[in-house]
Amino acid sequence: MSLAQMTVTAEPEATEQGKRWAGLGRATRLGLGILLPLVLAAGWELAVHLGWSNGRLVPPPSVVFATFVELWRAGELQRHIAVTTGRVAAGFAIGVIAGTFVGAIAGYSALVRRLIDPTMQALRSIPSIAWVPIFILWFGIFEASKITLIAVGVFFPVYLGVMGAIMSVDRKLVEVGRAFRLSPAAMMRRILLPAVLPHYVIAIRSGLGLGWMFVVAAELLGASEGLGFLLVDGQQLGKPAQIVAAIVAFAIIGKISDWIVVIATAPFLRWEDRARGAEA
Amino acid sequence: MLTIDRVGKVYPNGVRALDGVNIEVGPGEVVVVVGGSGCGKSTLLRAICGLDAPTQGRVVLDNVEITAPQEKIGIIFQEPRLLPWLTVADNVAFGIAHLPRAEREARVARVLERVGLADKAGVWPRELSGGQAQRVAIARALVPRPEVLLLDEPFSALDAFTRADLQEHVLALWSDLKPTLIMVTHDVDEAVVLADRIVVMRPRPGRIMTEIDADLPRPRDRQSAAFDFVKRRVLAALDRSLERNTVTDDGQTKTEAGAALWW
Ligand SMILES: Nc1ncnc2c1ncn2[C@@H]1O[C@H](COP(=O)(O)OP(=O)(O)OP(=O)(O)O)[C@@H](O)[C@H]1O
Ligand SMILES: [Mg+2]
Repeated sequence: MSLAQMTVTAEPEATEQGKRWAGLGRATRLGLGILLPLVLAAGWELAVHLGWSNGRLVPPPSVVFATFVELWRAGELQRHIAVTTGRVAAGFAIGVIAGTFVGAIAGYSALVRRLIDPTMQALRSIPSIAWVPIFILWFGIFEASKITLIAVGVFFPVYLGVMGAIMSVDRKLVEVGRAFRLSPAAMMRRILLPAVLPHYVIAIRSGLGLGWMFVVAAELLGASEGLGFLLVDGQQLGKPAQIVAAIVAFAIIGKISDWIVVIATAPFLRWEDRARGAEA
Repeated sequence: MLTIDRVGKVYPNGVRALDGVNIEVGPGEVVVVVGGSGCGKSTLLRAICGLDAPTQGRVVLDNVEITAPQEKIGIIFQEPRLLPWLTVADNVAFGIAHLPRAEREARVARVLERVGLADKAGVWPRELSGGQAQRVAIARALVPRPEVLLLDEPFSALDAFTRADLQEHVLALWSDLKPTLIMVTHDVDEAVVLADRIVVMRPRPGRIMTEIDADLPRPRDRQSAAFDFVKRRVLAALDRSLERNTVTDDGQTKTEAGAALWW
């Protein structure tokens, strides 16, 4: 859950700096952000070159890069990325749909909320790994158990985000819907869901982050392909460069997937009246 | 014909917000409700439009008792309450989604023209000034062509110039469709400019103290003696409603000053 909370709270905090840095161009800001990793990487590379460390357990960037390219050339990396991304996509889709549906109903109806929310909160506090054995028993060791695990991970932040947001929709806007005699379904579609959309985007981004976390858990505990498999494989064969290459691949596709969500939802949020400027 | 028949309202916390309120409002009539803060004016409007049910009595429009919001009754709140995710045009069209598209667009264009916001049809609510936003809210309430339009202190957050301008807009729109208007205000000038009849309420529990005829010819001249006369009567009644007996024969100015402090 910690990762999800980080994503959520990191957002509004950018106001002050956002203003100050707004003058700088997009490229400059990107450059500033990438400065620290570059310096660290160059430093480590230098240390290995100068013989201060043999770099066997912590391979220098050049070796990681070479491994990355090698895996890519062989088509291995693409295959593993495709498998992992497919699992996340399937689990994410299921988790988002279920989380939205259940969260919306629980946010709308106090009765449903009293009925199911305590159970949901209890289930939510179960550590992800604890589900693995029972899911393997129920769904077998192949895709179904992994996708279920990811869906569970995505479900909770989405459920919580949607429910909380719907409960906190301004009563005054709900009254506008009542004055125009909206049915419950129309109230949901025309007032509640649009009103919660900004929170919703944050919730599904948190869900996506957890999806990537849970796919690693699933793949570490038994998979024959996928980036998680690459991690385990690298450990068993003593190839730290392969492990780091897989971690880098996780970072890249995780960021890209988050970006896709942000870009895909941006057109629906143009109306937002927010203090913070555009930030990447 | 709108009949408010012995309406009473006791909130769950025990507050008696309304007690035995009777008002008859004819079609096309403009009734303005004034009264001290907390004397149940908002409660009354919410009961009339069916947002909150009264605990005693009933509200009847054209022989139908009102228990839930009706197409025939529109309401404008103190704040514009525009939906921030819809453009101005879509906000105005909110209550007529069931009409065919061409009809919808024609009506929205016409009413936006009428409130002087034709050039703002495509903008987001956040880009409007307070007065413009309230004009959009008026347009939104009018576009389904309600028989009765309720306004709860619609201009109280606006400056005097904008307020006078919006009063003109309301009068112009009213003369197009002649809906029944029931409006709550804290501004005695506004009451006398708009009303055919002014209902003065008194608090604890909220009831009607008196009704004052304001049947002056339209358009109304705020400087005329007749206007001033009605205004003084309203101010005197308000003063009495607050149970502060400052009205004496020679106390006209004193009365006005006393009430003016309250408003
Ligand atoms: N939802 C509520 N629950 C309990 N009491 C309420 C509620 N709404 C209003 N009241 C009480 O009912 C009384 C009348 O309130 P109301 O809002 O109708 O007054 P008002 O005449 O509109 O006042 P104002 O001029 O300040 O808007 C007040 O004493 C208020 O405290
Ligand atoms: Mg009020």
